[in-house]
Amino acid sequence: MSTAQHAEPAVNTPPAPGPKETDGRAVQRTLTLRVLARPDVGVFLGAAAVYVFFLISAPPVRDAGSMANILYQSSTIGIMALPVALLMIGGEFDLSAGVAVITSALTASMLSYQLTANVWVGVIAALVVSLGIGFLNGWLVVKTGLPSFLVTLGSFLILQGVNLAVTKLVTGNVATDDISDMDGFDQARKLFASSFDIGGVQVKITIFWWLLFAAIATWVLLRTRYGNWTFAVGGNKDSSRAVGVPVAFTKISLFMLVGFGAWFVGMHQLFSFSTVQSGEGVGQELIYISAAVIGGCLLTGGAGSAIGPVFGAFMFGMVQQGIVYAGWNPDWFKAFLGVMLLGAVLINLWVQRTATGR
Amino acid sequence: MHRNHRVAVLTATVLTGTLLAAGCSSSSGGKKSEEGNAAVSAGKATTPRMTVAMVTHASPGDTFWDLVRKGAQAAAAKDNIKLVYSSDPNAGNQASLVQNAIDQKVAGIALTAAKPAAMKDVVAKATAAGIPVVGFNSGVGDWKKLGMLEYFGQDENIAGQAFGRRLNQLGAKHALCVIQEQGQVALEARCAGLRKGFSGKTDTLYVNGTDMPSVKSTITAKLKQDSSIDQVVTLGAPIALTAVQSLSDAGSKAKLATFDLNKDLVKAVQDGTVEFAVDQQPYLQGYLAVDSLWLYKTNGNFSGGSTAPVLTGPAFIDKTNVDTVAKFAANGTR
Repeated sequence: MSTAQHAEPAVNTPPAPGPKETDGRAVQRTLTLRVLARPDVGVFLGAAAVYVFFLISAPPVRDAGSMANILYQSSTIGIMALPVALLMIGGEFDLSAGVAVITSALTASMLSYQLTANVWVGVIAALVVSLGIGFLNGWLVVKTGLPSFLVTLGSFLILQGVNLAVTKLVTGNVATDDISDMDGFDQARKLFASSFDIGGVQVKITIFWWLLFAAIATWVLLRTRYGNWTFAVGGNKDSSRAVGVPVAFTKISLFMLVGFGAWFVGMHQLFSFSTVQSGEGVGQELIYISAAVIGGCLLTGGAGSAIGPVFGAFMFGMVQQGIVYAGWNPDWFKAFLGVMLLGAVLINLWVQRTATGR
Repeated sequence: MHRNHRVAVLTATVLTGTLLAAGCSSSSGGKKSEEGNAAVSAGKATTPRMTVAMVTHASPGDTFWDLVRKGAQAAAAKDNIKLVYSSDPNAGNQASLVQNAIDQKVAGIALTAAKPAAMKDVVAKATAAGIPVVGFNSGVGDWKKLGMLEYFGQDENIAGQAFGRRLNQLGAKHALCVIQEQGQVALEARCAGLRKGFSGKTDTLYVNGTDMPSVKSTITAKLKQDSSIDQVVTLGAPIALTAVQSLSDAGSKAKLATFDLNKDLVKAVQDGTVEFAVDQQPYLQGYLAVDSLWLYKTNGNFSGGSTAPVLTGPAFIDKTNVDTVAKFAANGTR
């Protein structure tokens, strides 16, 4: 019962059918089970468990400033985990998501610098490039019918090479030039990488963007036709085509959404660090996918939510920073991270099994 | 139809972008503010053309290794050498690249022995094939055993100790050594040396060097967890520049110093946000490695009498001498 209260804010569960026709006890039991059966409740409990664990074992976590730092780390993962999750619900993968972030940042930075243009020119060009990469990925997947795992593995490698080669070609170095003294930088920094003072705590703007995007994604998934299409193409492509779902459009636009996410995170990195190293971003794609999977998205598509990956990303950020706040022996860092994540996923699985398994 | 529409939109956007680019120029910074910088060049040797392979354990896109490569290219251009550069962070793959160079019958090989055991067989094969092998950057403890001709680089452990002693002079009490790649031999050796030379307490922190936001928040977290830290030590220039932001996020008064340089870091030393940097002169390492092979091939010279390494560092760069380095760093060669 107490679990039910905990899980209740897990949004948008349509209210249980009127409690009038049965006695209280039976209804509450089914309600508990119904709530637990939601894909995002397991991850919510897992995230809560990790949070409580570190609250006890790492005193600095209790400080509000530390929480802002943990949320910041989570937001940079979470903003990308959202479109990656939507794409997974739609039945596809994007392995190029990690390096695409850097591609976007490099494009904006080098274009503005080389043309000595207002940085907004670079920002818009980067958006076009990012959406274009998403479009190409999606178009190739739809047209060839190849698994997106293979197609995007290809684009992952291509982008990795292009990032390095083009940067070297254009700048002569492997990192871009500092653009922090150029026109428009401060403006763009406000939008992508500023922080606010809330009750004496510096809170990064990415956290707000993350939650806003999550809210929009939730609404789209559950309340719009596009959301239905997403679930449908991920569940069964052929039957959804048969009932008139525009499969190609849905899939390609989902890939383009990942492109949008990559652009946003890329701009955040550019405007908070002023330069970009061309070799970064490799390996991040797996973290985004993990956050989505921990958040209850199936690897096979057709199921998941937008709120689940929010908690998934939070769990990642919490564990990563929590280990540092707890001051544990850093040699074990990666091992701790793995054990904590596995534990959290197991809780998630167990909750879903108990809720749906009878 | 659908697609045509999309292409049209795309073209329109690109066009708008280009037009904007023409109109919206930046009044500060950017390419236009660059001073004309002449590329390093000198005459060219008349010795017969030869091929030299350089095989490193660099991960692609690292600013440090870019300098090594530029140094090597400068020497190759002078010495009428065709330079074949390749790299792979995985020791097994690096060994295959060396084998590849042997198969190409190159005139000489310059390699980094970050994992010496993995290089043993290929170095022996190269020597058997009559190809001289020069070590640089990594493997200062093993180059003789491996049968290399000479070695150019910095002893990471000694550099770490020198770093620690410098911190003693500056009065630091509690240092945090930030490693951006867990288990990397050279980086671990720096922190170990630091611990030896530094009389205060030294903590280690691992961060994920391929994800800057994560580097930033992890250092912030550590500074909050232990407020007695008064000195942050980073092992690469980009990490140092990110740590600057962590320090302000955490509201920490700790000082910051780093291993390795790049042009943005030079600015940070100039304005005082970074106290000092220890430079091992990657450009020099690359240059000497290639140039020494040329000397050996054309005149039989080699440095250090096969017993002592040639040290290229540690050189301390701080406010007093940063200006002499600054103009070279701006060229991207120091």
